[in-house]
This record gives sequence, C-alpha cells and structure tokens, in this order.
Amino acid sequence: MVKYSREPDNPTKWSYLSMLQNLEQKKSFLISRKKYPKLIAAGMSNFFSKAEVTSSGRPVLLHNEVECHLLSAVDLEPEDHRHFSLLKSGLLILTTHRLIWLPSSSASTPTSASAIPLAAISHIFSSKKSLKSVFHSPRIRFQVLVSSDGRVFDPSSGSGSSSGSGSRSVVVTAVIRGKGDCDGFLVKFWDSWRARAWETTKTSSSGSGSASGSGAATGIGGGLYSSDGSVRMVGVAGILRKEQEMWESTDKSLQDAFQDLNALMSKAKEMVMLAEKMRQKLLSGTSSQTSGTNDEDMGSKEEMQDWLLSVGIISPVTKESAGALYHQQLSRQLADFVRIPLESAGGMINLIDAYCLFNRARGTELISPDDMLQACSLWEKFDVPVMLRKFDSGVMVIQNKSHSDEEVFARIKSLVTKPEALRTGISPTDAAMTLGIAPAMAKEHLLTAESKGLLCRDISPDGFRFYINLFPEIDPCNMYFVKDYGICSTWIKAVSTTGIGERSSTFR
Amino acid sequence: MQKLGDFKLPHFFNYPPYFTLQPVRETREKQIQLWKELILDYCRTQKIFVIRLEEEFPLFSNSVIERTLSHEAREAFLSALVAEGRAEWLDKGRRNCLILWHRIQEWADIIVNFVKDNGFEDSVMTVEEIRSGIESRGTELQGIDRTILVRALKLLEHKGKLAIFKGTSTDDEGVKFSV
Repeated sequence: MVKYSREPDNPTKWSYLSMLQNLEQKKSFLISRKKYPKLIAAGMSNFFSKAEVTSSGRPVLLHNEVECHLLSAVDLEPEDHRHFSLLKSGLLILTTHRLIWLPSSSASTPTSASAIPLAAISHIFSSKKSLKSVFHSPRIRFQVLVSSDGRVFDPSSGSGSSSGSGSRSVVVTAVIRGKGDCDGFLVKFWDSWRARAWETTKTSSSGSGSASGSGAATGIGGGLYSSDGSVRMVGVAGILRKEQEMWESTDKSLQDAFQDLNALMSKAKEMVMLAEKMRQKLLSGTSSQTSGTNDEDMGSKEEMQDWLLSVGIISPVTKESAGALYHQQLSRQLADFVRIPLESAGGMINLIDAYCLFNRARGTELISPDDMLQACSLWEKFDVPVMLRKFDSGVMVIQNKSHSDEEVFARIKSLVTKPEALRTGISPTDAAMTLGIAPAMAKEHLLTAESKGLLCRDISPDGFRFYINLFPEIDPCNMYFVKDYGICSTWIKAVSTTGIGERSSTFR
Repeated sequence: MQKLGDFKLPHFFNYPPYFTLQPVRETREKQIQLWKELILDYCRTQKIFVIRLEEEFPLFSNSVIERTLSHEAREAFLSALVAEGRAEWLDKGRRNCLILWHRIQEWADIIVNFVKDNGFEDSVMTVEEIRSGIESRGTELQGIDRTILVRALKLLEHKGKLAIFKGTSTDDEGVKFSV
C-alpha cells in the first residue's frame, strides 16, 4: 500500500484511505449478499417505502405533487449495510414531495418501485470536489431519518408528531452512473427540499379541519384566536371577514404571479385552483336558478367543464426534466393519457386527433409531431396496453391492444346483412353512424373487412359502397344453383321484394 | 329470373359488385371465373364468335341495376379467357377477341363427324359450303366463323385428313377430304 507523506487531515489522503476501507466493506457486503439472498430481499423491501406505479410504469403522483427532475442509471446505497438495501441502476425521479426510484425494465432481480419522502430527509451534503470525484461516478449524499423498526421514516403514515419517531439517521448515497445532469439535479433537490411542499398540503387540510370545527360551534380552544394564532371566524362578521381575506389573497397572488415569471410557475397551481373555483360558482349559479336557466350560461358552463377536463396533466414531462429519457417518459405518459379518449372513441383514435388532445392537455410544454411519432413507436418496447397501427392507405391510428378486429367485423357483418343493406349496400358514412366511430376510421374498417373477404366493393356514379360478399357461395360449375339457407338466397329474397329480380330485359 | 334475349341469366347478374373489378385477390379470382363461364355460355347459345370491346355488348351491362363493366374489367375477363385458351386476341391493340367456346380441336372433331355423317369422305367442298351449305343446317357448323373454320381445317390438313387448295375462282378455297 502506498503511503502518502501528506498531512493526516488532508482530505485527499483521508478519502483514499476511506476508499480502501469502503472497498473492504463492500467486499464483505457482497459476500454476505451472496450468502443470505432471502434476507437481503426481505431487507430491501423493508427499508424504503413503496411507491405506486401505473400500468405503463409511470409513478402515481400524490395530490399536488409535481415532477422536477429525472436521472437514469442511479444506484441508491444506504451506508448502513446491515439493512442490505441496495437498489441498482434505476430511474431516480425528483418531485416536490418525494424521491422516487423506479427499477429499469432490464433489472435481473425483481425490485419494486421505492420512494423516500423529502420530509424524512434531514440533511443534504454538498458535493465535494475531490480527486476521487474525477475518476468515478458523481454521488449525491443525504441523510435520512430512520424509525425504530429499521425503515425510512414516512411522515404521512406516522401519528402526526414530526420529530418523535425518527430516532436515528442513515446516510444514503445516490450514485449516478448515467449521463444525467448531476449538478442541476442537486440544485433542484435543494430547492424542493427547502420548499417543503408537503407541509402546505398538511396545513391546508388541517386548516380546513379547524374551520369546520369552529363552524359547528364546538371549538377545541376558547376565545377569538385559535391554537395556531390565526383569527377565528365566528358569525356573520367572520364570514364577511373570511370573504374579504380570500379576495385580498387572490388579488395579491395575482399580482405576485404576473410580476415574475418564476413566481408565475409556482403560482400556476393556484391559477388552476382559481379556475376551478370559478367553475364551481358557475355550476352553483345555474343550479340555483329554478326557472330562469339561461341557455347561454348552460352552454358556456359545459364548455368550461370540457375545457377543464381536458386540462388534466399537472406535471408534463419536459425535455429539461427528463433529458435523454425524454421520449421514454413521454411515451409512458402518452399511453396513460390516451386511455380515456380511446374509450370514448370506441377503441380506436386517429393519431392526429390524439396529438391535438395531448398537446391541449399539456397546456404549455407542447410536443412536436416528431416527438409524438417517436413516443408512439417506443410503445413496442414497453408493455403498454395501446399500440400504433398503420393502415394500407397510410392512415395511422392509436388502438387499444384489447380492441379486436373480430368484434368490429361481427358488427359490420350484422350491419351489412340487414335487408336495406342487402339491397343498396353500405357507405362509409352509414357504417360510421352505426358503429359510432369517425367516417375515416369506418372506411378503414370496411377496407380491412373487404381484404378479409367479408365484403365486396361497388363503384358506380352513386359512389363507393360495400356489399356482403356472395362470391364464395357461388359454384362456377353450377351457376344457377342457389343454396336454400345460404346468404345468396337471403340476398335474393331481400332484393326481390322491391321487384328488381322480377323484371326481364330484351336486347335483341 | 332475368333474361337477355332468350338467355337465362344467373341470379348474381343483379349483384352490383359483380360489375366492379374486385381488388382483393381471392374475390377477384372468383369473380373472373364466374364471368368466364358466363361469357362462354352466352356466346355458345347465341353463336357469338367475336367480341369487340369498343362496341356495346349486351352481357356487359345491366340496366336493371344500372351498372356497366369498365373497359379495364372487360379486358381483364377476356384476357383470362385467352390465358385459358378459350379465346384469342385478333389484334395487338386488344380491341377484338375471338371466342372459342369450342376449342379448335373440338371444331376439328365436329368437322370430321360431319364429313362421316354425310358421306363426304372423298369428296370436295368449298369452305363456304361447309359453313352455309344445306347439309350443315341444324348442325353446329352452321354459321361458324370463317376464321375458326379455316383454322380447324388447317389443323386437320396438318393431320393429313384433308387438303386445302385454291379454287378456280379467286373467291373461295376448296377442301378435299381424305378422312
């Protein structure tokens, strides 16, 4: 072993020694990992909290939670090896409330998604630039409160007291092996941790609780001032005062929002809430009027409803927050979003329509058509319940994997064997109306049915129509024979009721 | 049942897609087969030997359902007949088609039987007589297309059953049978 001649408290020397020490520790750790795999698996699941994931692999966000940054190929190592929890090579997502770790799809050991609430973090270490850091992957170290049963302290599940159950703390290192922006992530990490977004939800929910308590006139504490120091709202004066304060704060927040663009971004959530409130007022306004319902109001109310429904995405995946994984995450988000329009459109939706809907829902961070196309083509690699389908004519649609062609063909068949359809055939518009889908989609379905031999086309000055295919039943060697209960005899019966088959023509 | 003259039409003659050339391969094959049979049947009963594509052909339109075969469709069906050997294009531009509802060989056999039935084994006849003579009335040879007849005779000459020679007048050719 090379001995340095430098000072003992020189960080370089100490880091070298500690690196060797770490190596020793890691060696013993790995050996023990091999010896006790079951214990390790149990330990892994018990240390970090579980994070819920949608069917496309995107994390389910809490109320008001917004994504801030994303890093790929991250290992999470708690330095206390007794817990054996080592999460390797996953996706680390920073949100306003948590640090979420998602396993990569190629993980050999089945690990589930984990999360560390930001509330459980007691300290974030600043990154020290040493000789060591030049040679290996950047690291982010932070201190996490651990409860007595060996798990990461989860403030949402606790009894409510903030400092009671966290008895000791463990340093967790996030090793970033991917090509993400580590410094930017660290900055955002600090910002999110200091912003303490989870506490505002707590106080708002507890604030509403105390307001309802006082409204029932069974207040916990006595007097005009409640336990947390704000003025209690009692009686008509209280209601008026509450209204006044609300308007003042709305006014102030509007002013703040429009002064600074950064501030606007954080106030954006409040803006959405305002819009929601206005909608509620509209709703309550029209329902209270018993006889004088204004048609205009109803129309605009519905308009507002639809508009607000389509603004459904709170935390858009942007190139900034996802970097190189942009298309992957976008593709997953798109898969989640497109599920509802698919259901209302009958299982199949034009790619262009989906593009418009998706961009409208995102609001600000719009995506280009190229991004959309790439995101859709990535679906083949993931296990998502939707797929992109290209028809022979070049039309591209997004389709539910469970949506079957068989079912559509059955419906087309029943439509085209009705007496009216037997006589005059069906056009794409007829099919669209009966099947409840767009005419362009209906035409694609009809063409597909034709290529499967279910239908025949008829091109004439009347237009482009489709009939049930009778050809398979006709025998060229016995052309005049008609089977008794086949489709030909049904067709003949339907046609002859209008007298078409009865007329004769002479030509010579 | 619909009729075209005294020809009975099959039920699918009133099926509108029958008059549109189908793009799907299997359906088209079936459609072509049905048209081939129909054309041959019609020509056989009506004794039609040549179909001219630029002219009106009663079989190719149906006024009841108001549909007509397009030029492309007609060419497709006739080409299918040609490929099967039941028709021949008379010109490079594919405007006129000779329909062989009997193959040339079959016509040759008919001629041989005709000769045997009437005892013409060693006699001489003109081509025109074979076509429109008294003996050929009521037989299939009556009104046979001249081109087809000559072809059949040439085939028989090749087999040595007869000899064709130029007649004394420039009009007609003669045939000496040696069946």
